[in-house]
Amino acid sequence: MFFKKPLKSFVLRDKIANIAAVLPLIFLSSHLSAQPVFLASSAADMLPYTLILIVAFLILGAVYLISESFVRMEARDLGVDTKKNNFSILPNSEEVFGSSKSDGASTSGHKVIHLKKGFDIKLEGAAEYKVDENAAVTRFAMQPKNFIGMSPIPKVEVEVGDEVQAGDVLFFDKKNPDVKYCAPVSGEVIAVNRGEKRSIAELVILADKEMKYRAMPVFDLENASKEELVSYMKDNGAWAHIRQRPYNVVADSNETPKAIFVSTFDTAPMAPDLDIIIAGRGNEFQVGLDILNMLTPGKVHLGLNAKDEDPSPVFENATGVEKHWISGPHPAGNVGVQIHHIDPINAGERVWTVGVQDVATIGSLFLEGIYDAERVVAITGAELKEPQYVTTYLGANIGDLVANNLKNDHVRMISGDVLSGKAKKAEQFLDFFDDQVSVIEEGDEYEMFGWLAPQSARPSLSPTFLSNLVDTSYVANTNTHGERRALVVSDQYEQVLPMDIYPQHLVKSILVNDLERMEGLGIYELVEEDVALCEFVCTSKQPVQDILREGLTTMMDQE
Amino acid sequence: MGLIQFLHKIEPDKKKSPFLHTLYDGFFTFAYAPNTVTKTGTHIKDGMDLKRTMFIVVIALQLCYLFGTYNIGHQHFVALGEHTSFLQGFHLKLVYGLIKLLPLFVVANVVGLGIEFVYAAKKGHPIEEGFLVSGALIPLIMPPDLPLWILAMSVAFAVILGKEAFGGTGMNIMNIALLSRVFIFFAYPTFISGDEVWISGIVKEGTEHFGAAYSMVYGIFDSVFGGLGWSTFGAGGQAVIDGYTGATPLGLAAAGGWPAVTEVYSPAQMWWGAIPGSIGEVPKLFIIIGALMLIGAKIASWRIMLSMILGAIVGGMFINLWGATPFMEVHWINHFYMGSFFFAMAFMATDPVTAARTQTGKWIYGFLIGLVGMVIRVLNPAYPEGWMLAILFMNVFAPLIDYYVLEANVARRMARAKTSSAVALKQAEPQLTVSEH
Repeated sequence: MFFKKPLKSFVLRDKIANIAAVLPLIFLSSHLSAQPVFLASSAADMLPYTLILIVAFLILGAVYLISESFVRMEARDLGVDTKKNNFSILPNSEEVFGSSKSDGASTSGHKVIHLKKGFDIKLEGAAEYKVDENAAVTRFAMQPKNFIGMSPIPKVEVEVGDEVQAGDVLFFDKKNPDVKYCAPVSGEVIAVNRGEKRSIAELVILADKEMKYRAMPVFDLENASKEELVSYMKDNGAWAHIRQRPYNVVADSNETPKAIFVSTFDTAPMAPDLDIIIAGRGNEFQVGLDILNMLTPGKVHLGLNAKDEDPSPVFENATGVEKHWISGPHPAGNVGVQIHHIDPINAGERVWTVGVQDVATIGSLFLEGIYDAERVVAITGAELKEPQYVTTYLGANIGDLVANNLKNDHVRMISGDVLSGKAKKAEQFLDFFDDQVSVIEEGDEYEMFGWLAPQSARPSLSPTFLSNLVDTSYVANTNTHGERRALVVSDQYEQVLPMDIYPQHLVKSILVNDLERMEGLGIYELVEEDVALCEFVCTSKQPVQDILREGLTTMMDQE
Repeated sequence: MGLIQFLHKIEPDKKKSPFLHTLYDGFFTFAYAPNTVTKTGTHIKDGMDLKRTMFIVVIALQLCYLFGTYNIGHQHFVALGEHTSFLQGFHLKLVYGLIKLLPLFVVANVVGLGIEFVYAAKKGHPIEEGFLVSGALIPLIMPPDLPLWILAMSVAFAVILGKEAFGGTGMNIMNIALLSRVFIFFAYPTFISGDEVWISGIVKEGTEHFGAAYSMVYGIFDSVFGGLGWSTFGAGGQAVIDGYTGATPLGLAAAGGWPAVTEVYSPAQMWWGAIPGSIGEVPKLFIIIGALMLIGAKIASWRIMLSMILGAIVGGMFINLWGATPFMEVHWINHFYMGSFFFAMAFMATDPVTAARTQTGKWIYGFLIGLVGMVIRVLNPAYPEGWMLAILFMNVFAPLIDYYVLEANVARRMARAKTSSAVALKQAEPQLTVSEH
């Protein structure tokens, strides 16, 4: 029985490495002595001696393995950690070569999680460091489709023509009536647009020039219980800002999350610098973190950018949270990747994630007593005349945001980043959780021998594009650069996903609907934005994000 | 713009003539990268696609093609005792090689692509680019005098049973080029093994060897060369040199060990490739250059190549230790000079569809190919080469290797879940005991 335990453990790899290191010496020595120059007898005489040597070696190896198991058993009984300590005579690969995963060199006193896998897509059109305070956005909308799992026709509490204040309830899900979704701005409800099958697509509000906020009922934070806090947040629109993993749905208050995670930097292409965005809202952010602390028995983890030369004091000096510094290419800024390296999600567990501006909104509810949905949004893209940041509110109209800023009409406007955002028309609105608009060129033109000799530089993981040798930014367009094919190339997805997951095999298990495999390979730890880079680099142009969402929906339906 | 509009006008209808439509679509997308834009998912896509990937592999093969074509002619004339220096009679050897190679290339590609077009038309999807590489590899692994009908049959077998039956590109279990060669190996063994087939244009009458008579095609070139004042082919039928042996280095080694090989061929000759063999497998340096190109382009896995070398070394060492026959006593380093090890390593084992798909799996897969291939080469009484069979054998095992690597991943995840829930239980315990009171 004691043979089974070490064989199943991960440390077997190190042991094999130790034994394998000794093997060549043995063979080399026997082979050298088998040179016909030295011995008169032919090499056939070496066979019995070699066999004896091999058997002796195997016995030694068995003794070594057995003795190590005994030491391990003893250590386990004594309560010493068997995974982290090395109990064998020989050093393991980590002690000799150093660890490749985390706990690398620390900068300025704190430990840094170094991520090697990933790929930074450098695109032209990142926002300039100026914030336009007077953006002329007049229309804002709440879109029920932004919330995964919401029923397609929620119960709408307002009608066209009603005057609402910021924080008034707009709609709620009949399956979950406690969580209310509130208006981000005050003004008149001018439209309740429907989508396919009479689903509610958006509720549009024409904003007032001066915001009027609904006066929130007084809340005694010191003496309130957790249930009272939760129901206060649900009634006043703050709960909708918290998302739950797995599946990225609205947080379920009946579940206890083992931790809450906030990522304070975004590494997506042309993503905004959250240091600029949070400037001026430091108090709200801290209060928001304090509230989040009350919602979980575990910790609130803050992911900070180790490569940031000028970090914002709001993040650096946050209290009551556990800070982790992460460095690496995209998707190091994704909260899912950070969760994997800090405290991974296992089957049956729940974690909650909140965005930076969402934390500030939650904080404003308790600090100022209003539902403050102010957002700083980065308008980015090579097709803009002046990419910049604008101050506006949640759910701003896309056309208004990019008004007078487009170089030409043949563009695609995206709410979010180019990897996992949604395409929008000018009359549509920024999604609830997004703080970026990307505007890129539509690439619907034929290119002669485009796959062989491309006429314009395009971002690619492959070194076969000579533009990759020079450090340039690219002007990307929406051309697929190839048609959808079967999965041929391997190892591509693994190169850009810094998690202990085999994404190509996960995709295959989703396609064949193998539920056990999906769970075993780690589907709970992933959300579309984590595999967006896999979809970008896929040579076979597979829709990986859609496939993942199908898998997540299947698993959600199982529960 | 006018050209594209014209091409759109002549596009065959998809429903009425599916085969023509697929044919048209295949050539159209070859000439023009399509104008489809992203719909769902990411809005930008990587510039790399399957066509470009396959094409880079074909480019990496071109050095082998150039050398192999020339070498067919060189071996032919050396066997006849004429133009013995490598560059002597350059024009003759090149033309001779091309006349032998081009029919093989054309037949392999036309048959293979034709079958793929028919299947794509039947299934209603555009043709997938998998056969570009297989079609480029198949002529390189065939003997130069192979009858074209045998080649056509083997390609048809490989594509229909090896690829389309499993679902097309990306779904095959075994390497297609090797399947076509293994078909000939088992069905028409005398055409692909032995000492008679590796030098082109030598015929046997009784126990005497003669150069084959040159056909009419050569006569055309003769008139051109004669006009220019260069040497010509002539009528053919010359006697071979004394001590002629059509044996490849491996054939010699199987009979008499390394001394038998070095009597006929020098190690330098074997390295540069001026030896009989399949068309593309002989020039080791060019193959290595091609392999480095593929590694640099991140298309072929260096893990498979390195582990295959290690496996071959370990296998060679084991066999040297045993040393029962002269062939076994050939030092393991010398094994790399002979046969198609480098070609198999660079282009056959690294086929991404049939190899293991996890990084750990690739190390195991490559190592076992090296080991098994060396064993088959040396211990096989019938045929002194092992890579084709070893690679096909490990192709069948690759999914199993991947399965166990994935199982280890799953087990890691479950173990992590168990420790995490154990920790959570421990944290919850004090509350349980309190409430029980």
